[in-house]
Amino acid sequence: MIENIGIEQFLILSTLMFFIGVYGFLVRKNLITMLMSVELILNAVNINFVAFNKYYYPENLQGHFFAMFVIAIAATEVAVAIAIIISLYRKIRTIDVEQVDEMKY
Amino acid sequence: MMNDSYSYTVAIPLILFFSFLIIGLAGGKLKPIVSGIFGTFFLLISTALSYYTAYSYFFVDGKSNGVYQQLIAYDSLWLQFTDKLQIHVGVLLDPISVMMLVVITTVSLMVHIYSLGYMKGEVGFSRYYSFLSLFTFSMLGLVLSSNIFQTYIFWELVGVSSYLLIGHYYERPSAVAASKKAFIVTRFADMGFLVGILLLSSFTGTFDFLKLTDPNGSALTQGSAISFLGLSVMTWSMLLVFMGAAGKSAMFPLHIWLPDAMEGPTPVSALIHAATMVVAGVYLVARLFTVYFFAAPDALIFIGYVGTFTSLFAAVIACTQTDIKRVLAFSTISQIGLMMGGLGVSGYSGPEGLGYTASMFHLFNHAMFKALLFLCAGSVIHAVHTNELWDMGGLKKHLPVTHIAFLIGCLGISGVPPLSGFFSKDEILTAVFEKNKLLFYVQFLVAGVTAFYMFRLYFGIFWNKQREYHTKPHESPFSMLFALIFLSIASTFVGLIPFSEFVTPDLKPFTSHIHWAIAIPAIIIAVIGLVLAFVMYRKESDLSGRLSGSLGILYRAAYKKFYIDEIYLFITKNVIFKHISAPIAWFDRNVVDNTMNGIAAITNFVSMRIRAFQSGQLQQYAYVMVSGLVIIVLVALYFMKT
Repeated sequence: MIENIGIEQFLILSTLMFFIGVYGFLVRKNLITMLMSVELILNAVNINFVAFNKYYYPENLQGHFFAMFVIAIAATEVAVAIAIIISLYRKIRTIDVEQVDEMKY
Repeated sequence: MMNDSYSYTVAIPLILFFSFLIIGLAGGKLKPIVSGIFGTFFLLISTALSYYTAYSYFFVDGKSNGVYQQLIAYDSLWLQFTDKLQIHVGVLLDPISVMMLVVITTVSLMVHIYSLGYMKGEVGFSRYYSFLSLFTFSMLGLVLSSNIFQTYIFWELVGVSSYLLIGHYYERPSAVAASKKAFIVTRFADMGFLVGILLLSSFTGTFDFLKLTDPNGSALTQGSAISFLGLSVMTWSMLLVFMGAAGKSAMFPLHIWLPDAMEGPTPVSALIHAATMVVAGVYLVARLFTVYFFAAPDALIFIGYVGTFTSLFAAVIACTQTDIKRVLAFSTISQIGLMMGGLGVSGYSGPEGLGYTASMFHLFNHAMFKALLFLCAGSVIHAVHTNELWDMGGLKKHLPVTHIAFLIGCLGISGVPPLSGFFSKDEILTAVFEKNKLLFYVQFLVAGVTAFYMFRLYFGIFWNKQREYHTKPHESPFSMLFALIFLSIASTFVGLIPFSEFVTPDLKPFTSHIHWAIAIPAIIIAVIGLVLAFVMYRKESDLSGRLSGSLGILYRAAYKKFYIDEIYLFITKNVIFKHISAPIAWFDRNVVDNTMNGIAAITNFVSMRIRAFQSGQLQQYAYVMVSGLVIIVLVALYFMKT
């Protein structure tokens, strides 16, 4: 069944996911939602890795491994980001990104 | 020539360096008197070592085949730039450096002992002793230097210790000004010295005294062929070296700092500005005498003239000054002028080297009697609390020991036999007489003037009319009198040393004897000066006032030190400051500074304008980043297609 699906479909899916992620990152004000958007972007990339690997270099496994690395990195990144968000919340009682503008000129 | 049996001599200066460190670092916590005794004790060790060195050098094993050896007692490589350019630190022993060891340690020891009484209860007593140690260390290092670069280092060190000691009473503005003046004038001269060293060493290829002054060595012949403005490079470099020597030894026209240096404590004047540091210039010329004689005879003649002129010039000023320390300061300048004059006319080998020998002899004697005179002046000032000659008088009864000591000093410097000054002055006059009649007559005249102004001081202080003193003058404490008595004995008898057996330019001893044909007129003129002073200043009279009135403008000019200070002030203020420094300062303030300030202002202005970009809004940044990325991708795609 999977043989009937071309690489184009995967690429369209990943492109859509990527831009949904970018859109969410730019538009949503809630830091948690922004974090979820970042996850979307990362997963779009993962799909690309796996798809290219599968269709063009089926004898190699680098693409798969890379996707695994990205998943691992994403997990750690989430841990760090959540920690930052929690301490931010403790400090200024909000996780609205527009309120967090301490680092301006 | 290396010699291990003298390697202990390196300790002679180093002991005092440790003394300086210890007193300087711990002095604030010690009782003042403890640091004084500490410094004196260390110096005593150094003195004993120096005497031992002198004994073994001159009487035991300094000579080989009747010629004194130049021994390198210690040597170590300090800086190695290239294979050729190396700077060593070492100890060179030869007759003049050993003689200087004795002079410096003796006078310094006397000054240390004297200061225990003189400086008692003063603020900064420990500081004073630590600087005395520093000075003695540097001076010993200077005379023991085995190369000219090391000499330069210690040369600057004695300069800075002199600065520190002149400015001992640093809460007095005049002392601050005097110390600065001394430092700047000698530093200015040292600039010439440095250029001279660089020229000399670049043409001869060595810093080492032994190689430089070897009469058969190659160093002397190099550089003579190259000339600049009609003088050979060697002459130029030796003249520049002499500039440094003239600055330290207060030769005209660089003498202006020495009279002002009398702002320092009197024992300091005795040690630094009479006996040791100011003769460093004479020592330097003597050290490089071979180079002067063989490679730069013109410079040597020049030195003779400068020295003789300075000696007359300073002697005339000394007759008019009323501050007793300043009279002694000008007298020092005058006597150093005589030494330079003696060096300037000296020959090299055998009895022809009499000028050199006489000059070193006079240096030795002068150190003794001038230190004595200064210490006596200190004792007088200690008793009456003033420097002014006309505020003193009739002190003969109150200060009997000081009186006798001062009399001995005066007789010594005036050249009355059998005191020390007579022998050395006679030798200088003889040497000059054989070479240059003009210089002889000038120096002959100076001998008379010297007797006059010294006895003017003597009669003015100890005879004259009894003044009203706030407190009854009393004789100084024992520590001061001890130094006076010791130096009186020394100045009485050191003249009997047959100096030509020890110190000669070619290191071969010769015998000299008194030349009565010159000695007798010299004694006569000295006695004339003495009698003149006796008539004028024995008791209160208007004779001297009438005389100075009739001399009119001449007297005023001499009283004002021939306006040399004013000329310096005019040149520095009206010429250099006003017409050179002020425009440069304007350029610096308006052009250089404004360029830099303008750049800063523009940067500041622009950044104020663009700082709104830094809003702190995370999503705005992300937005800009993404748009930028999109644009870059689009552009890249466009160009890739075509």
